[in-house]
Amino acid sequence: VRTTVLGAGPAGLYLSILLKKADPRHEVVVVERNPPDATFGFGVVFSEETLGRLRDADEPTFTAITDAWASWTTIDVHFGGEVIRSHGHRFSAIRRTKLLDILQRRARELGAELRFEQDVHDLGELPEADLLVGADGINSLVRRSHEEAFAPRLDAYPTRFAWFGTDVALDAFTFAFVETEHGVFQAHAYPFDEGTSTFIVETREDTWRKAGLEDLPEQESLAFCKQLFARVLDGHELLSNRSVWLAFNELRCKDWSSNKTVLVGDAAHTAHFSIGSGTKLAIEDAIELAAALGRHDDLGAALVEYELERRPVVERFQDAARQSAEYFEEVPRHWGLPPLQFAFNLLTRSGRIGHANLSLRDPRLVRRVDALLGGRGALAPPPLFAPLELHGLTLPNRAVTRGLDDRVGAGLYLSPGVAVTPDGRITPDDPVDPAGWRDEVERIHAVGGAAMLALNHAGRRGACRPRAHGVDLPLREGGWPLVSASPLPYSRRSATPAELDEAGMERIREAFVNAAQRGAEAGFDAVELNLGQGYLLGSFLSPRANRRTDAYGEDRLRFPATVVESVRAAFDGPLAVCLSEGPQDVEHAAALREAGADLVHVATGQATEAAAAEYRRGHLTPFSDRIRSEAHVATMVGGYLDTLDAANTIVGAGRADLCLLEPAAFA
Amino acid sequence: MRVGVGLPTTTPGADGALLVEWARQADAGPFSSLGVLDRLLYDSFDPFASLAAAAAVTQRIRLATMIAIGPLRPAATLIKDAASVQALSDGRLTLGLAIGARDDDYEASDVPTKGRGARLSDQLAELRDWDVSPVVPGTIKDQRPELLVGGMSGPAFARMARYGDGYAHGGGPPRAFQSAAAKANAAWSDLGRPGKPALWGQAYFALGDEAAGESYLLDYYAFTGPFAAKIAAGNLTSPRAIRDFVRAYEEAGCDELVLLPTVADPGQLERLAEVLT
Repeated sequence: VRTTVLGAGPAGLYLSILLKKADPRHEVVVVERNPPDATFGFGVVFSEETLGRLRDADEPTFTAITDAWASWTTIDVHFGGEVIRSHGHRFSAIRRTKLLDILQRRARELGAELRFEQDVHDLGELPEADLLVGADGINSLVRRSHEEAFAPRLDAYPTRFAWFGTDVALDAFTFAFVETEHGVFQAHAYPFDEGTSTFIVETREDTWRKAGLEDLPEQESLAFCKQLFARVLDGHELLSNRSVWLAFNELRCKDWSSNKTVLVGDAAHTAHFSIGSGTKLAIEDAIELAAALGRHDDLGAALVEYELERRPVVERFQDAARQSAEYFEEVPRHWGLPPLQFAFNLLTRSGRIGHANLSLRDPRLVRRVDALLGGRGALAPPPLFAPLELHGLTLPNRAVTRGLDDRVGAGLYLSPGVAVTPDGRITPDDPVDPAGWRDEVERIHAVGGAAMLALNHAGRRGACRPRAHGVDLPLREGGWPLVSASPLPYSRRSATPAELDEAGMERIREAFVNAAQRGAEAGFDAVELNLGQGYLLGSFLSPRANRRTDAYGEDRLRFPATVVESVRAAFDGPLAVCLSEGPQDVEHAAALREAGADLVHVATGQATEAAAAEYRRGHLTPFSDRIRSEAHVATMVGGYLDTLDAANTIVGAGRADLCLLEPAAFA
Repeated sequence: MRVGVGLPTTTPGADGALLVEWARQADAGPFSSLGVLDRLLYDSFDPFASLAAAAAVTQRIRLATMIAIGPLRPAATLIKDAASVQALSDGRLTLGLAIGARDDDYEASDVPTKGRGARLSDQLAELRDWDVSPVVPGTIKDQRPELLVGGMSGPAFARMARYGDGYAHGGGPPRAFQSAAAKANAAWSDLGRPGKPALWGQAYFALGDEAAGESYLLDYYAFTGPFAAKIAAGNLTSPRAIRDFVRAYEEAGCDELVLLPTVADPGQLERLAEVLT
């Protein structure tokens, strides 16, 4: 079998090693544009898992690599004048040129032919082969030559980064954050041998432009970064190596192989550097491709198996890397967090590490995070079980459950939705009077919990069948006239509502106030008003449901805010508003906080029938994070939280104050 | 978890007699359901006509569309088809619906692909009115079939949670099913539906003559390009692969897994029955 590999990076070289090792009769030619000792990039990082795979795949390279690398287990977060150190994270890194040198030697030793300084512009210039491997990086010629077959999608991230080095071996994977007049800059840095570290500086594109870096020569931008991170560098040099500012491009391909051609590593997929997985993924691709080729005589079957094995793994890393990259884009949002919580938020940014996992890696740090929220002493409950004070009421913990079943042990029990008027019911089964729950609320108080009354007016989503029979299906008979901000039906099946006039608004405002008062009389500790999800107050907030030209259309918040203010004046306890994602959600949340809301319950849109969320576990957490940090108000988040670990992580990281749990989390 | 088996309505070489005999044998076997696919422009049978024939020769087995492409048919026709199977089988139909993946089936039906999601929602809403539908026979007005909805997008999961009774997954490794099941559960919870959605999965198998199975899958999915090879590679071709797969789906929360044959030979049913018992 003859194989041609374009690109002598880690993926191409490692593949050539494994192919020759599997069968010395394989003819393997590696073609590379650069000379063998080209020195681009500084160090590359591996996880423990990758090292295990390297050992299994080829012991001699593993031994050579472990002789030359730097290993450490700490992460430092420089933020707000403090350095938070976390232990228990095993990383290894190696100088990129050293790694390539080891791989080149081993490939030659096994008989692979390495041809350097061959600038190929057309695949026809390559030696003919049974298999062509594109290991030629993000700008892959192989991929570009079969654009239709691979169907690549490139997504440029709205940040800029420059890849520097420094002449000191840092003793931890270091994240450093510096605020300037133009915005926040961050450094991702890690050691890779005895005297050198990789030092990547990243910032948002707008900050980069405002700081004038766009037009600055390389040496001056280096000086700028050196000064910016002087405290972390501690007198050491910042080293340049073609260190120009780049935008990160996330690459995904529909297919990784076509006929006799296959892509590996960055040629097939890229993942943002902040989770340090580029070299890992490239080498693992090579291992899997070589294994698949070894198992199958049929080339097509081998290439399919390679992709089937690798794609789910790679996509998981790409998703995690994207979340991590988004975290760094939005990091100014977290500027208000205490350094310890900021660090916990950073460590849990990509969803791969949560509270439970970090408790195993670094129990002391997690104890400190727990104590931050939940205790005065060294012993504190995990974040979800820390008490929370809201408007003078202390909730024993931050777990919220739907329904008034006191056996759950939640801090807060959210009642079924009560319609403030009979015509505000969603279905004929909806309760209209909270007084019937006096006993349930009393039992909740007896076990130390608090009860929150959910108040709603269905608006144009009213007069529907009970939800056991489907959602938003109008009653066949016994319906009632609907009202909404504008006379637009909710769905094609819904009745057209009447536009609510001022008298109607006044009637409904009073009904909310009365219902809240009746709730207080029944013993409810807190009240939630539904201002989202396409119900009546939500329809005023949504530009798609509110087409009014009067004052309530010009200021879509006007009527809902009046209701919040009125209930606030009449009810002295925690007041929550349920709010959906929308173009002005942060602005609305901040205004409602001013109007007296203590808590925002974030919810999916549902403003129209066609609106749909990208459902998954925790799908509302980013929205909660945004509202909490930008509108400066406490939040409650659901979004299918079916494990306590997810909730502990969310609360610990300051992404929400309360978590609405699925029954699966405690059943 | 219950395990059903497919009726080979899209598998080459299957004739009418074979389908009827297959249904009879499946009914006598350890299978909870008999599933059919739906493809217009392919060497295949109509799903509802096939299930109607199966209904006539079976006593107990559930009859399921996994899935039928709802928008290819006018709503009234779709409901009439489903109602007829429901009546002929005395209420054994499970109706899985989705928009499907083939544009040429829409073209051949003279139905635009644009707006097909909304049309499927309309059809589901009408199916919810089964008991008052003018096209449903009077004898089964009180037996609306269970409605499963398929699809992988956010709107598809929302549609499932609004109008369906459960979710029909399109096939894939257990991890893919698990991730889709979490999305289905999340949508169900988000829309405030009581309880949980029924979760149905599917996979291809061939016990013996796997080459024939592979060439069928490569052909059936040829329209997906190189992806066909990936589907063909997922064909379960050994007792062990089937047992592992069944166990993994059960752990992933699947309620009913339908194993679709890729070889139209009744011997497949016997071999599958042996593996499952």
